[in-house]
Formats: sequence, structure tokens, C-alpha cells
Amino acid sequence: MSKIEVKGIYKLFGKQPQKWLAAAQGGMSKEELLAKSGHTLGLRDISLNIEAGSIHVIMGLSGSGKSTLIRHFNRLIEPTAGQILVDGQDVTALPPRELEKFRQQKMSMVFQRFGLFPHRSVLDNAVYGLKVQGVKRAEREEKALYWLEQVGLKGFEKQFPHQLSGGMQQRVGLARALATDAEILLMDEAFSALDPLIRREMQDQLLVLQEKLHKTIVFITHDLDEALRIGNRIAILKDGELVQEGTAEDILLRPATDYVAAFLQDVNRSKVLTAAHAIHGGIPRLTLTSSPAEAVQAMSQAKQDYSAVLDGTQLKGVLTLNAAQQANANGDSITTKLIDVAQIAGHTPLDELLGDLLTERQPAAVVDENGHYRGMLARSKVAQLLGAQVA
Amino acid sequence: MFPELIPARQMRRAIDNWVDELVANYADTLETLSQPFLELLIWIEQLLRQSPWWAVVGAVIALTFAISRRWKLSLAMGALLSCIGLLGLWDRGMQTLALMIMATGLSVAIGIPLGILMARINWLRQIMLPVLDVMQTMPSFVYLIPVVMLFGLGKIPAIIATVVYAVPPLIRLTDLGIRLVDAEVLEAARAFGANSRQQLFGVQLPLALPNIMAGINQTTMMALSMVVIASMIGARGLGQEVLLGINRLEVGRGLLAGLAIVVLAILFDRITQAFGQRQQARRGA
Repeated sequence: MSKIEVKGIYKLFGKQPQKWLAAAQGGMSKEELLAKSGHTLGLRDISLNIEAGSIHVIMGLSGSGKSTLIRHFNRLIEPTAGQILVDGQDVTALPPRELEKFRQQKMSMVFQRFGLFPHRSVLDNAVYGLKVQGVKRAEREEKALYWLEQVGLKGFEKQFPHQLSGGMQQRVGLARALATDAEILLMDEAFSALDPLIRREMQDQLLVLQEKLHKTIVFITHDLDEALRIGNRIAILKDGELVQEGTAEDILLRPATDYVAAFLQDVNRSKVLTAAHAIHGGIPRLTLTSSPAEAVQAMSQAKQDYSAVLDGTQLKGVLTLNAAQQANANGDSITTKLIDVAQIAGHTPLDELLGDLLTERQPAAVVDENGHYRGMLARSKVAQLLGAQVA
Repeated sequence: MFPELIPARQMRRAIDNWVDELVANYADTLETLSQPFLELLIWIEQLLRQSPWWAVVGAVIALTFAISRRWKLSLAMGALLSCIGLLGLWDRGMQTLALMIMATGLSVAIGIPLGILMARINWLRQIMLPVLDVMQTMPSFVYLIPVVMLFGLGKIPAIIATVVYAVPPLIRLTDLGIRLVDAEVLEAARAFGANSRQQLFGVQLPLALPNIMAGINQTTMMALSMVVIASMIGARGLGQEVLLGINRLEVGRGLLAGLAIVVLAILFDRITQAFGQRQQARRGA
């Protein structure tokens, strides 16, 4: 089951949204609806599934309804029609008291212009979510201090928001959101107001935190580079409608409409796509205890001429088909035939790999931050990712 | 001639009769109801008049310092208050000060809650805006007459007239202050599950405070401008002195009392402003 299920959300802004809902559901265009009824169609039939532990980016230009949509998740905005299920519970049906509880415990939010309380110190801002829940002072301050330290704001507790730079203010916003331990983090253009260097830094920090925390993050942005960089999946909105939803690869390589394609034109793929995107799906995985016969069989079955040999999650080396056949003939263990290969961090952009790929003939492995094996780098896939023409 | 569509004469009479009936039936009840306020006012007045002058001056210095944390300003406020004594109007000044404190206190007690309600309930705002306009522009003598008929001459009608005249800016500025609170900041409070009480006291009121303080400042200024009129219906104090000066054509008496009123106005103004400024300095606005 998905962590968050969005089912058929419609939002009409105006005096009598219910009266015009049927017309919108019947497919009346946004312009026609506005001309006939004076109602603005904010969202039309949005359905999405957001998996636990993933970063799901909702992307669109201003006016596409993305900020409206994210405010439906914690019902800062009420839908005209449709449902939002979080852990199977219908948020749209919660009575006021339970909605408050739900917001306190399940979701926290980071805002575009930070939304900090100017009359409270950094520490008092960070404890806010816990204070609302009625957590005791000592406990909430301890937690807030921990998170302030995690986002790199140790020593700034006594300052007021206006004394901090934009980037630091947003770190306070992030610490405030993390301090409640909510499983879901809503980020509404959280980094859009920051200058490019700080934005990049904050993205990195978010990714590092996410490695540890595995929260479900809904991230709104109008910046495709940002979307591709941090999103596990990306949904693209246009004029309140969902035009495409998928992984960064799906969107880059198979844009659903001309609109998406036009969006992609300026993207520098070699900077956006990383080694992790270019993993070869078909390379067999063996363990140190695999016999040479098993190795040969695995490789011939997968139609590959080499395989990765793992010890737990660590890559020990690569075994070629020839070496496996030799070992099989001689009765050797496969461990004697392993070849060391280069290991590349998964978040390395492809443009940094291009030089090596052109000169090296050896296969290379992709590993994550902790050195766990993710897969082998596929040259053909790199070429395909960078060379694919946008229709 | 403008065509007479409504019989104005009958209407006037009907209103007269209605007020007469009100006076006949409810004057006693209203007097009983107003009794606690009268007692409170008398208590404040006695406290101010019976305390030695240096204690009152000391209290003003301490209060200003507590609010502004500025020694110079505090001492200046103390010196200014002493001026009233130097003008020979200490006792009258304390009577007026008591009236001001009471009127300001009541205005705050009425104005801030009303302002909050106006900011939250749109239809109430639609009703209140014209009512406030009327309160501010209607000549005060018009409502002084029925108020005096209901409560008799004395302090209570003076307080009521003062509050009616002085409370509108506080209501308006409280409403405005709450409406001006950054929507995203309020949204943040909601997103973290704050209930409406937590939103009001934790976010809206603190952020509206500079505007509310400006409202209180305006209210005290307007209340002071009512002291002469209040003295016409029996409130004692500096206004009475001005009135005497006018009646007896004693320009000196009127001028000195007028100066003492100005001194009180400066006191109230600087102290309330200092509070607002310190709040704003803290948040760097």
C-alpha cells in the first residue's frame, strides 16, 4: 500500500464550487469554466500514489496548481471533490480535532518563504511543532537542539530569524519540520527562494538526511534540474492537470507530451543524470560461496559475459564468463579469479564519468554513500541517456 | 422643499419616548451594573491622590524603565509628571490620570476582543465598520444627553463617553494588525496542528502587537481630548479647570490646565510608543 494515495482530487475556487463540479468533471475547459461561472479550476482529477520512504517531486510552473495540491495533503486547502488517504486513512473526512492531531503527528511542512515566527528565537521556532503537541519544555528543547545541530545551526539558538541569512532561515524551517518526527515531510518550493549555490547545498543536505531518515517527502518545485536531482519520482502538473508521472528517467527519455518535452529542452542531462541512473539491470550477482558452475549458468542465462561478486552488500570484484569456465574446468574457487574494478559513487553526475568511460575498457561498479553495491555501470545506457533525442 | 416621505416629527418623538421609557425602567438597573466600575475608578483615584507625589513619580519612572529599558526616557517621564505638580495642578492631574487609566483599561478590554472578532468574522466586520465610523464622527453631545439621563451626572457617564469616542481606533488597528499577519506564517502554525487558540495567542496577537500598541496610543490620545467634555458632565480633574477658565475668562487658569493635559498626553504617548518600538526592535521589523 502506498503511504499517500491521492484519488481524483478536484479543486474549484469560487463561490459555489459544488454547483460547477459536475461541469468540470464533464471535461469543461478551464477557460470555459472561468468565462461561464467565474470559477477558477485549480486542480482537475489528480490521482497519485506516493510510496513510503521516497522523495516524490511535484513539478510545474507558477499557476499549475502545485502549491494548491500540496496544501490538500494536510488540508490547509479543502478539496472540492476526491480523497486523500494517508496510511489508508481518509484525511478529507477527519473532523477538526483529529485533523489537528493528524497535522501534529503525521506531517510537517517547510515553506517557500520559510514561514518562521519572527517574534520567536531560532530555538523557539524549532520547538514549535512539539510545543503545539504539549511536549514538556526540557524534552522539546532537547529534540530541537539536536535537529538544529543536524542542519548545521548549532550556536544560533538564541538568534532571531531576521538575524540569519535566507539559507540559514530555511535550515531553521527544516529543523522545525524534522523535530516533530513526522513520517511525511511536505516541502513547498522549500529551496526556491535561495540563491543557486545555497540551493544546491540544501539539496545535498536534504539527500544526506534522507539517507538516514527515510521519510516520505513530497517536494514542490518549478525547477526541473532540482526535480531530477532529488526526486525518486516526479509528477508534472500543467494548468491543474497531471500531465506525466514517473521516474526521472521516464520523464527525460519518454516525455508524455510536447509540454513536457519543451520543459526538458534546456536540461543538461549529463549534469542531472547520475551514475545511479545508468545501472545495468541485467548483470547477475554472485556471492563468494557461489560455485563456478552456478556462475557460468547465471551468466549464460542472463546472456552476460561477466557478473558481480558480493560479500553481503560489498562488492568483492568482477568475475568474467571466461574466468568462470576456467575455474569450472580446473575445479578452482571463483574467489581466485576475481578482478578489481573501479567503484563510483551513485550520485556522481554522468558528465564527470564521461572522460573515464571513453578511456577505460574495464567495467565499473556503482555504490551508494555507505559503499553498498548498487549495480554495474552500463556504458550503453550512459550513451542512451545522454544521446536520446527529445521528440 | 424636499418631499416629506418619513414623518420626521413623529420619529423624533418616538425616539424621545423610547429613551424616556428606558430611563424610567432601566436607570436603576444600569446604575447597579455600573457600580463596580465606579468603585474601581474611585479606588484608583484615591490611590493616586493619597500616595505621596514622589511615589507616583517613582512608579512612572519604574514603569517606563520596565517597558523601554532606557534610563534617560524614564527620568524624563518622571520629570514631566513633576511638571504637573509644579503647575500647581497635582491633585487635579491625578484625578484626570485615574480617569484616563480607567478609560484606557476599559477600551483595551472592549477594543481588543472586538478587533479580534472582526478580523475573524467577515459579516461582523461588515457591520462594525460603519458603526465605528458613526462612533468617531457623531458629535459626542448627542450621546452624552441620553447617557447622562441614564446614569446621572458624574464619573460613569464621563467614562462611557470617553470610551465610545476613544475605542474605535483600537478596534480598527487590532483588526488590521491581525489581518496583516503574514499568511505563510499563520499557515505554518496551522500546518503544525495549532488550534485556533494557539494560532491567536501564539502567532496572530504577538505579530499584531505593534499595530495594537499604535491603537492603544491613539486611544489614549483621543481619551485625553475628551477630558474637557467629560468635565461638563461632572468628571473632576484638569478638564474642570479648563472649563472654569473658560467660564470665568481666566486665560491663565485655562492655559496651565491645558498644558498639564498636554503633559499627560506626552506621557501616555511616549510610554506606549516605547513599548511598541521595543517589540519591533526585537523582531527586526
